[in-house]
Amino acid sequence: MPKATKTNPNNAPTLTGAEILWATLVGEGVSTVFGYPGGAILPAYDALRKFPIHHVLVRHEQGAAHMADGYARASGKTGVCVATSGPGATNLVTGLATAMIDSIPVVAITGQVSSKVLGSDAFQEIDITGITLPITKHNFVATRAEDIAPMIREAFQIAQSGRPGPVLVDITKDAQQGSCVYDFEAVAPAPYRPHPMLRAETPEMVKAIELMRASTRPVILAGHGIIQSGAEREVIAFAERHNIPIATTLLGLGGIPASHPLSLGMMGMHGESWVNNAIQQSDLLLAFGMRFDDRVTGNLATYAPNAKKIHVEIDPSEINKNVKVDVALIGDLKEVLTTIAKILDERGEPRGVDVTKQWRDEIRAMKGDASVRDIINLPDNGHLYAAHVINDIWQEAKAAGRLDSTIIATDVGQHQMWEAQYFKHEATRTLITSGGLGTMGFALPAAIGAKIACPEKDVWVIAGDGGFQMTAAELSTIVQEGIHINIAVINNGFLGMVRQWQEAFYDKNYACSPILSPDFVILAGAHGIPGANVTKRAEVLPTVTKARTADTAFLINFAVEKEDGVYPMIAPGAALHEMVRRPNPLIETAED
Amino acid sequence: MLHTFIALVDNKPGVLTRIASLFRRLNINIASLTVGETERDDLSRMTIVCEAPENAAHRIRASLYKLEIVRDVDEVTRGEAVIRELALIKVAAGPPASSMSSRTHLFELANVFRARVVDLAPESLMLEMTGSASKIEGLLQVLAESHYKILEVSRTGRMAMRRGKHTSRVLKALGSKDHGDAEFPPLAADEALPNQFAEHDA
Ligand SMILES: Cc1ncc(C[n+]2csc(CCOP(=O)(O)OP(=O)(O)O)c2C)c(N)n1
Repeated sequence: MPKATKTNPNNAPTLTGAEILWATLVGEGVSTVFGYPGGAILPAYDALRKFPIHHVLVRHEQGAAHMADGYARASGKTGVCVATSGPGATNLVTGLATAMIDSIPVVAITGQVSSKVLGSDAFQEIDITGITLPITKHNFVATRAEDIAPMIREAFQIAQSGRPGPVLVDITKDAQQGSCVYDFEAVAPAPYRPHPMLRAETPEMVKAIELMRASTRPVILAGHGIIQSGAEREVIAFAERHNIPIATTLLGLGGIPASHPLSLGMMGMHGESWVNNAIQQSDLLLAFGMRFDDRVTGNLATYAPNAKKIHVEIDPSEINKNVKVDVALIGDLKEVLTTIAKILDERGEPRGVDVTKQWRDEIRAMKGDASVRDIINLPDNGHLYAAHVINDIWQEAKAAGRLDSTIIATDVGQHQMWEAQYFKHEATRTLITSGGLGTMGFALPAAIGAKIACPEKDVWVIAGDGGFQMTAAELSTIVQEGIHINIAVINNGFLGMVRQWQEAFYDKNYACSPILSPDFVILAGAHGIPGANVTKRAEVLPTVTKARTADTAFLINFAVEKEDGVYPMIAPGAALHEMVRRPNPLIETAED
Repeated sequence: MLHTFIALVDNKPGVLTRIASLFRRLNINIASLTVGETERDDLSRMTIVCEAPENAAHRIRASLYKLEIVRDVDEVTRGEAVIRELALIKVAAGPPASSMSSRTHLFELANVFRARVVDLAPESLMLEMTGSASKIEGLLQVLAESHYKILEVSRTGRMAMRRGKHTSRVLKALGSKDHGDAEFPPLAADEALPNQFAEHDA
């Protein structure tokens, strides 16, 4: 037994770098990692079974990164993925970029060639820290066993703090094979340094309160930050206290229950008309944890021209980036809202004065006007519409009392927008979707990560026939893990969103957007996953119930209308209120 | 306009790439960048001069701070700081016999500009000059207008240091070597709300 020494005061054990890697992950609370082995990470894999870590073997490292991401989005905890050097590491790139732009805490571990041959183009050597520099919050190279524990610990701190994001730790083979004293406590990172330009002081809050007092047509713009900050309740309390309607970004959906009387729905390019009109006509926008992305503002020159703007945001580099604001409260949303509430309480701000009633009535009228164009109100005409499918998946979960425990992971395209429009999320972290990068192939692996994070929840994949084929190999992972995931392929025979743009902006020149697919039910069957084809509206609900109550994963191929479009739609460069509404044939069949 | 940032960064491999990569991503051209050691061996000091709109400064600074290796960022103007650059200039000048007058004239020029002759070769001589960028440009211009053939110019790019007793916030805050529990003081209260869209007289 070694003795405690000056350099080893806690008499800590000596472990190999490989063992230190897993021990540190366990110390950070990790129970599951998503990965794929290979030469440069083999020493680590050799030590894996000594540790209480469940390793999910993926079919492509992109899947590992998306699973870690889905795990993080569903649970709020940091997701971990592991890959070997070279091609294993480069396969992570799309997944890390997806996590980066949506601010998801992920720690990626990659093997690297031995430190002695670094830079020599050794077999499977690639400069992965160079490659991932702009798509990680930070990255590290560990070349000695001693580096591993402190770097992993710092990686977790960085991934989770401030505006979260992915961090990559590249570990050379000789670092994994070397050994040193391992003392988890001794390598704790220095206390987190908040961004020094954070700034949410009382005078600014008072300014914000004054703007609110002067407003009769306010709208809250609720972004991903409300979920990231865990400020869902604070935002609702704030909205209720001041009677302010809430519009949500794509990544904010779920943060505010859709059925809440103040909840308007999604804003932006495919947002509801009344939501975008409310924003355009408002006199005060309260942007909470959102970044005025071009997909939600439309043409900046005409954006909310009469509105003062208050921006509550944790990342100082987002302030005044796209939209000039009148008051910036740079800090954690939850803390800022809590402090504002305290200031109001201390000032004895009267409660229950409702100055926005007329405004809310106006918005309600706009909403009623829009509903006649809504495809949901279209009587059954023998065609199967994607919107109806999604509406029915929502209705089914609701009827089963599972709405709060149903997570939907979507892919990217038309179905993603229909999901956002027609699945009314009631609970936070129940929508998992690639917003900023728009990564096709995201849904299936992200859903696997979500299911492993939340085994008690029902998890649905909603994917297009195009995107599903990008990562369909992970069906095999589902089976190997023995998990129950429901898969809805919204099959329109096209890269639908591309086709819609070609229809709208390229004279219906459908260049390379028709796509052939295998028989997805047979494909699932080849993996041992049962499935069903659905072609009629009446079959949707019973098949959805069958999938949800199955013992295993289940795939439903929905053969939907081929040339349907997502509406409303804002053309690029158009103002937020200049929406293209659903065109005639469908309106005429509805009671317009 | 030209912005001058002073950044204190970790003295570690790869730091320069991270800084350079940030400017590349923001599509901002770096006019000059100097890096060197400081009074602390764990920190390097960079002076970054870049061409960007006046109102971009806040975002550049906020983005720099998002890099984990950045400890402090200060933006300085000419009035607040001493800004210096060093230049080595090699000028064609034959041996005294052939062009006596030109060599003598060069020595006089150097004298007026407070440049030093640091090397004499049979066909050329080398001047060393420290000063503001405009002084160096002045010397280069006079050399060119006097029809000297400039063979080589090497300039360090600007280095800047605030005048007076200003110690960087971070060094004050870090204090101890292991920048352990250092608290970062908030920005000065009089620092205006960052405004990238501010009207300004160009
Ligand atoms: C990896 C990747 N490649 C290309 C695109 C561009 N893109 C956006 S939507 C889309 C079509 C998606 O088609 P499909 O998966 O069938 O879904 P649908 O739109 O029909 O619902 C494409 C190609 C993308 N977002 N991601």
